[in-house]
Amino acid sequence: MTIMKNALGNTPGLLLKNGLTLDDHRNAVLERTTKTGFYNALEKLEFKEKDPIGYERIFSKIRAGLVNSREVAKKIAASPIVEQEGELCFTLYNVAGDCVATSTGIIIHVGTMGAAIKYMIQNNWETNPGIADGDMFTNNDCQTGNVHPCDIATIVPIFYDGLLVAWVGGVTHVIDTGAVGPGSMSNGQIQRFGDGLQITCRKTGVNDTPLRDWLHESQRAVRTTKYWILDEKTRIAGCHMIRKMLLEVIEEEGAEAVDKFMYEVVEDGRRGLVSRIKAMCIPGKVRTVAFVDVPYNHPDVHVPSTFARMDSIMHAPCEITVNGDGTWRLDFEGCSRWGWHTYNANPTAFTSGIWVMMTQSLVPTERINDGARYATTFRLPKGTWTNPDDRRTAHADAWHFLVSSWSSLWRGISRTYFGRGYLEEVNAGNSNPCNWLQGGGVNQDGEVHAVNSFETAACGTGACAVKDGLNHAAAIWNPEGDMGDIEIWELAEPLLYLGRRIKTNTGGYGKYRGGLGYETLRMVWNSADWTMFFMGNGYMNSDWGLMGGYPSATGYRFEAHNTGLKERIAEGKSLPLGQDRDPSLCEYEKHLGPNATVKRDKQCITTEDMYDNGDLYLNYLRGGPGFGDPLDREIKDIEEDLNQNFLLEEFAVKIYGAVFTKDDEGVYSLDAAKTKARQAEIRKERIARGAPVREWMETERAKIIDKDASLQVQQMFASSFYLSPKFLGEFKEFWDLPADWELPEEELGTPMYGARHTMEIGELPDVHPVIMTEE
Amino acid sequence: MSNYTKKQVSDLVKGTLDWETVHLMLSMPKDKDRYKLYMEVLQENVSYDDKILLAVGPHLNIVESAKDQEIIIKCDCGHEFGHYSKNWKLGALIYVRDSVEKMKEVYPELMAPDTSWQVYREYYCPSCGIMHDVEAPTPWYPVMHDIEPDLKTFFEWLEMPAPAKI
Repeated sequence: MTIMKNALGNTPGLLLKNGLTLDDHRNAVLERTTKTGFYNALEKLEFKEKDPIGYERIFSKIRAGLVNSREVAKKIAASPIVEQEGELCFTLYNVAGDCVATSTGIIIHVGTMGAAIKYMIQNNWETNPGIADGDMFTNNDCQTGNVHPCDIATIVPIFYDGLLVAWVGGVTHVIDTGAVGPGSMSNGQIQRFGDGLQITCRKTGVNDTPLRDWLHESQRAVRTTKYWILDEKTRIAGCHMIRKMLLEVIEEEGAEAVDKFMYEVVEDGRRGLVSRIKAMCIPGKVRTVAFVDVPYNHPDVHVPSTFARMDSIMHAPCEITVNGDGTWRLDFEGCSRWGWHTYNANPTAFTSGIWVMMTQSLVPTERINDGARYATTFRLPKGTWTNPDDRRTAHADAWHFLVSSWSSLWRGISRTYFGRGYLEEVNAGNSNPCNWLQGGGVNQDGEVHAVNSFETAACGTGACAVKDGLNHAAAIWNPEGDMGDIEIWELAEPLLYLGRRIKTNTGGYGKYRGGLGYETLRMVWNSADWTMFFMGNGYMNSDWGLMGGYPSATGYRFEAHNTGLKERIAEGKSLPLGQDRDPSLCEYEKHLGPNATVKRDKQCITTEDMYDNGDLYLNYLRGGPGFGDPLDREIKDIEEDLNQNFLLEEFAVKIYGAVFTKDDEGVYSLDAAKTKARQAEIRKERIARGAPVREWMETERAKIIDKDASLQVQQMFASSFYLSPKFLGEFKEFWDLPADWELPEEELGTPMYGARHTMEIGELPDVHPVIMTEE
Repeated sequence: MSNYTKKQVSDLVKGTLDWETVHLMLSMPKDKDRYKLYMEVLQENVSYDDKILLAVGPHLNIVESAKDQEIIIKCDCGHEFGHYSKNWKLGALIYVRDSVEKMKEVYPELMAPDTSWQVYREYYCPSCGIMHDVEAPTPWYPVMHDIEPDLKTFFEWLEMPAPAKI
């Protein structure tokens, strides 16, 4: 934690009972924490120990109030993203800006809204624009802690008896922020300046009333104005309900008790993580890595600048160190550079988002707050995609990289659960939740519109060490996954469903297979003007399997234009009804008119393109990775996979060694003895085709010396080598490369605009960024 | 603190434990005895005498050699991969799926990675052919050394005597 010294000078504070400025108070809390190792030097939890019932009573009231407010407020929203998918969250903070408790929902915002509050504290909002009872502040600035611009946060200071006693924040994921590309997580833009409206902790309301200039200006900046205003009302209502709740709690329990609670509960959270790590993990080091393809050198990717038109790869290695005292350190040394796309992330997005995942295994409690962060050391090297050193970076789909790197952490830490026998907690990872169906234009109601289908909230999950992953169930970023009702999506989007089916063969194979994804085939209907684009992984798979399990299937793209479907419907002819079971068979094309043009390939990122009514778009939601050698899978489970249409025959044979019969009604029956015999043969075949690793290393080493790899692979390594001499050193040592071997990016001929000359947000006058990680 | 029987832990390892108990295991504080019971169950599942200290895969364990008390990594079949501090993969067999044809053996067309971006590396036991791991990196990527446990501290956490040669 970097402590900024006294931004206010010696000006006395007027908001706190102790007479300190907010900044001095926060710095004092940080100093006490750093000095003692206990949050705010709370070596003893006096209130909790002295009055445990009172302590728990306050927690229960606050937590229930947060959850209740979220449930009530979300009914105000009209956006299916909020109302159907639950993409909103409310969080309570102490006056130092540290999270006390949070509601259910997208709890990544425990940290993001906290970062905004800390920014206001550190940058003297106290005197200008001032912080008063009834104020509202709005933030969605990615350089001030936010993940991506579409997460709009409303922050309300809570006063009691004339003094600031807490902050409450509410966030919703809005459908559109007026970026170059329509939809909340769009691409096409490559810099912040095209990434949509960004608001930096702006005072947008006084006396509990939103300011008119804010409402007028913000509506003009976005495409989906009705949703925008109703989301705003959702956040304000939730924050005000929580403020009322907290003031009631103070009246009932006493201001002193609540104040003590607000600090002790953070230290309690810190101890909770330490205790859980000691109970479940293994001390030592675990290493993981993740990759994501960024295929921008393609005719269907239209970006405004030549320097962005290149294929590149996100690289996210991580060394997890579980320390003897039960704390842990996550070091991302070796990450690749940020890029001219919308997938960059800032450190708070990373450090806060990790708890969305960890609440599903390591800290599965309702007591998630900033305490867990105080037990964790993050190292996110400056200049990497997860800590850009330039104020121009775009972040609209930061999740694209984040989810992949988090999935690898889940896989890594699962190795320690497995080692101790907590098999029920093991998760092979997660799908990269995509495709993101997005687009916009003039919709079926004749209004300017944008869409982002959140069907991604129900992808396949990773396999466990005792059971298969869940099919079409969840997303790593929201434990309350929900694919949403077809009827609601059809109201929100000028896109009819021609089918919604499980996606065969998408779960990674294994003793326990990954959960399967699903596919929906959408036909554009009743729009006036419409565009769509694809957003997902295709050339690479970001989700490995675990301990012998395979990764899930990668993505592909299907779109069709000039389909002749209107005529086929009128003539009563067959239609493509939504299952593309084996993409090589081109099933959909059999039900299209003779002049249809089809794009069926692995280019899963495209930019805005025009779609007419009757055109088709396949939304393929990915599956999860598998666990364990597939040859260990139970015979009955392979049979079930075949009979449930989870697995193609060809791969039941090739992967699992299945020997089966199929009756007249299409029911599969496996021959257990013959299957076991075939599996034994497969093991022998593996031995026959396998090469000793050290021999293979010699051939791979020769390729490295010859620089025999695709440009995007070489560019990824070159970018990581430049940022991390340590990573380069380890690479050369592993492959035993000559001392003078090097791979400078300059020799590749790829665009290097932005690679060597940057300017950080902190270089702006009077701007003091909040830094909460090692860099 | 919950407690479970050895039979329940054995069923968990086999994947046959009833969901109610698995759910209990997920939702309740972790049982400290799990490691001890787990080791007993794993030990009964192998034919060798070396004492299992830690599981690093469904068929791969860190063991204390009965012969010389060295701490090594061992496959269920008895194949030894060397000292536990070293990367066992370097002693395995590898098969790299680095072409369209090889990828077609595992996924339908269009549903596998493009091998100019990413390859699959399958690691097999040289003796029994079990697939202990599948990596999915870019070409050139160093072999991952997945886990380096600090066994000394681990046994302190467990409040159990540590093997002599850690």
